[in-house]
Amino acid sequence: MPKVIKTEVEFEGRFYEEYIVLEGEDLSPWGPDRDRDFRLVGKPQPRVDGPERVTGAAKFTHDVRLPGMLYGRILRCPHPHARIQRLDTSKAEKLSGVRLVLSAENAPEIPWRMGLTKLFDRTLRYAGEEVALVVADEEEICYDALELIEVEYKPLPFVVDPEKALEPNAPKVHESGNLLNGAPEVYERGDLQKGFEEADVVVEGTFRTQSVLHNCMETHGSVAHWEGDTLVIWDSTQHIFGVRAQVAQALGLPLHRVRVIKQYMGGGFGSKNAAGKYTVMAALAAQRTGRPVQVLLDRFEENLAAGNRPSTVQTLKLGATREGRLTAIYHKSILNVGAYAAWPASASGPTKRLYECPNVKTEDYSVFTNLGPFSAFRAPGYVEGTFALEAMMDELARKLSLDPLELRLRNYAEVDPITNKPYTTKGLRAAYERGAQLIDWEERERVKKERSRGTKRIGFGMASQIWGGSGGPPAYALVKINPDGTATVITGTQDIGTGTRTALAQIAAEALGFPLESIRVELGDTQWGVYSPLSAGSMTLASVGPAVRAAAEDARSQLLEVGSQVLEIPRDALTLENGEFVDSRDGKRSPVRTIFEKLLNYTIVGQGARGPNPEDKNVNTFGAQFAQVEVDLETGTVKVERMVAVHESGRVINPLTIRSQLYGGIIQGLGYALMERRLEDPRRGIVVNPSLETYKVPTIEDVPEIVAEMVDLPDPEANPLGVKGVGEPPIIPTAAAVANAVADALGFRIHELPLTRDRVLTELLSRDQDRGRGRGEGDR
Amino acid sequence: MVKVFEKRESTLGAADLAGPDPVSLSLRVNGQTFSFVAEPRRTLLDALRYDLGLTGAKKGCDEGTCGACTVLLNGKPVYSCLLLAVECQGHEIETIEGLAKGGKLHPVQEAFVEHDALQCGFCTPGQILSIKALLDENPEPTEEDIKRAVSGNLCRCGAYPHIVEAARAAAKKLPR
Ligand code: FES
Ligand code: FES
Repeated sequence: MPKVIKTEVEFEGRFYEEYIVLEGEDLSPWGPDRDRDFRLVGKPQPRVDGPERVTGAAKFTHDVRLPGMLYGRILRCPHPHARIQRLDTSKAEKLSGVRLVLSAENAPEIPWRMGLTKLFDRTLRYAGEEVALVVADEEEICYDALELIEVEYKPLPFVVDPEKALEPNAPKVHESGNLLNGAPEVYERGDLQKGFEEADVVVEGTFRTQSVLHNCMETHGSVAHWEGDTLVIWDSTQHIFGVRAQVAQALGLPLHRVRVIKQYMGGGFGSKNAAGKYTVMAALAAQRTGRPVQVLLDRFEENLAAGNRPSTVQTLKLGATREGRLTAIYHKSILNVGAYAAWPASASGPTKRLYECPNVKTEDYSVFTNLGPFSAFRAPGYVEGTFALEAMMDELARKLSLDPLELRLRNYAEVDPITNKPYTTKGLRAAYERGAQLIDWEERERVKKERSRGTKRIGFGMASQIWGGSGGPPAYALVKINPDGTATVITGTQDIGTGTRTALAQIAAEALGFPLESIRVELGDTQWGVYSPLSAGSMTLASVGPAVRAAAEDARSQLLEVGSQVLEIPRDALTLENGEFVDSRDGKRSPVRTIFEKLLNYTIVGQGARGPNPEDKNVNTFGAQFAQVEVDLETGTVKVERMVAVHESGRVINPLTIRSQLYGGIIQGLGYALMERRLEDPRRGIVVNPSLETYKVPTIEDVPEIVAEMVDLPDPEANPLGVKGVGEPPIIPTAAAVANAVADALGFRIHELPLTRDRVLTELLSRDQDRGRGRGEGDR
Repeated sequence: MVKVFEKRESTLGAADLAGPDPVSLSLRVNGQTFSFVAEPRRTLLDALRYDLGLTGAKKGCDEGTCGACTVLLNGKPVYSCLLLAVECQGHEIETIEGLAKGGKLHPVQEAFVEHDALQCGFCTPGQILSIKALLDENPEPTEEDIKRAVSGNLCRCGAYPHIVEAARAAAKKLPR
């Protein structure tokens, strides 16, 4: 009997109440004691789809080729804010090979971005916003046709700086004003003023972080194709069911007539959590032309319109006792969300949750500007917030003459500071200890002295991280036993490159008692997959994994039931091992397929659903990172020599692929710390570096020695697998640790990212000048 | 590439924009000859992806900044988005599809799988071909050699440390 219950689910640092329907038996959790029995779980496993990915056989959305397929390209507005006065597509339409031009002139009015705009709007609020779609036989013809569309724009006043946008007479991005929801998001606990009164020391600082671009290697895009009255969409997305719902709503179609497929995708990092305008445009164009249409963004469009991590200005004030116990934290953030926002941005998550502190107040201002809309970007808000908070913690440690690590231990939260609930598990202390050991934290002063020579200065820094990653319902799976003794796992999740397909195969094989080779995982298709949530928020494995295990256990018990009757072995004497029935009385083995020789095409289908999260406990992931850097005072070059990362995310299913995720997060974090930055020209209101030539992402030459480990701590109270997420955790403390190490090397702090040569040199120079004027003593 | 900020030439008529007509082209790819018709402005990358159906080489930028489109031209890695198909006629082109022989992965491919030198896999064909070209020329590369060989192949997933491991392992595996 299905049972409906209410549960709290966390996503990207926000909590949502959800009703879930419970089905099936409760699974006995896989606790730490189970590890020794595992054949597959916890063992390094090369990806089951590795061969496809290394041979070019993996088909990405970019690679979809259908008979008669047309190509679509989007015309974008060159102005930061403008109204279309006149739009003439007739010349473009006449170009041979052009099949369709869609624009505000002939497309249906489809509300977009919570109704703040339309699919084709005549008011355009950032340079790069969509004006028209050209569809033609060849891509090159599209480019020719784009040149032939005539648009007369009336430029409007614009603003790209969020602080200016908050001024009373600032140009308005939207009629309703530039502050999202008209007010900041405020959080308060305890009594802030009292907290500061109780403090023996107070530190304060203002930090600026830059806007960065995801730059997924596969740009956003969709292919749409009508099969009769069913719309089939291939989309490079992290959320096939979300795209289905969005497209169905936009086009007024019932859900069963929209099928969304995503097998392989070239990165998302949070920017592909929803359908894009390109998705709906492709669908409309396919409908009008009667042919499949592929609409892909190019690199420029990607970097103007496909999301970004908002820039922030953060002011933090921390108070603490002489002993280093935090008494108060105030944190105000101004976040540049660009022209549209589906939800408020925030940088205050870590401030609220990382340390025990009775008096906290945070204010997050999400500000509209005439720039491309922000989107989730790997641990949204936590990367930015941790940079500022952990910098202040180091300043506090310096004032108190405490070891930075010791200060963090003195404020270690034993229960969640917001909910006062205990954690299911918290491996942060273990991560601190292991990380300190790996970087040789105790020896750092000696190393600094020995290795700081000439113009080179060595520095050490560390930072902590807290993140959600609990996953949660609803998520479902099916496990089908085929007559030849193989099994098919069916879910509606997606493998965005993290190794989901492999981890789910390991879990299913383990639970079934089958060899890994006999498992095939089918995902990324709404038509035959059962619902799974989006692959974001580090929630995929912890959401879908337990459902797969439940389905596999269900299939296994059906198989044993049927097997016992066919083989005439008592049910409790029968087990499954490596794809064979084993009679425990005499050890006799018979392959699973033998029973189907009698049963023919009898099919077993196991069903599984993700159960609720624990009600009385918090589920979080934790980690600590330590950086060793060398700063050259002459050139301003920051060289990260070593990054040590130790994270706790529950049980490790696949140590091989988890290391890839740790490396990946750290490397993106290094880009954020040292080189990446979207540059805007405030006078023209445009982004000046939307290409990979001018926007610097890390290359292999930029990668330091990385030592990455997990505290393998199964968390059986979190879910029956004991797993939590790991996609986002390693990016969170990376920039913070690097910035703290740079401050340690320099003897003063730079409050702004990225730490480019230019910035470091400028700061060094301004200090030299101050010193020349007799100032600058104790100027940290 | 869409030039977003360029002023559109509204005086141009359709006829002014038409370039030379499509021409017949012939390319040697993975040891086979392919003949097709395309406009002279078609890049090697587009010819592979659209005309030959070989989608292993990816388009990450279309302007020579990412390396996802890397293929081998006479054994040397090139950005296929920066070459015109016309100028590649008469040369030997090797793409990722030609690497595995008789259903068996090339040692570099095998090493990439074993060492998980990828996540999403979008940059992977390019990385593998760059490493293959390196090992063909220098069977005992240093770590520096390996890094230089793929320094023009961006990986946003950050598979770099595993790519170095895989290249080292492949070097050991390959017959000298
Ligand atoms: S597509 Fe050729 S280098 Fe990026
Ligand atoms: S594996 Fe994703 S870009 Fe390299």
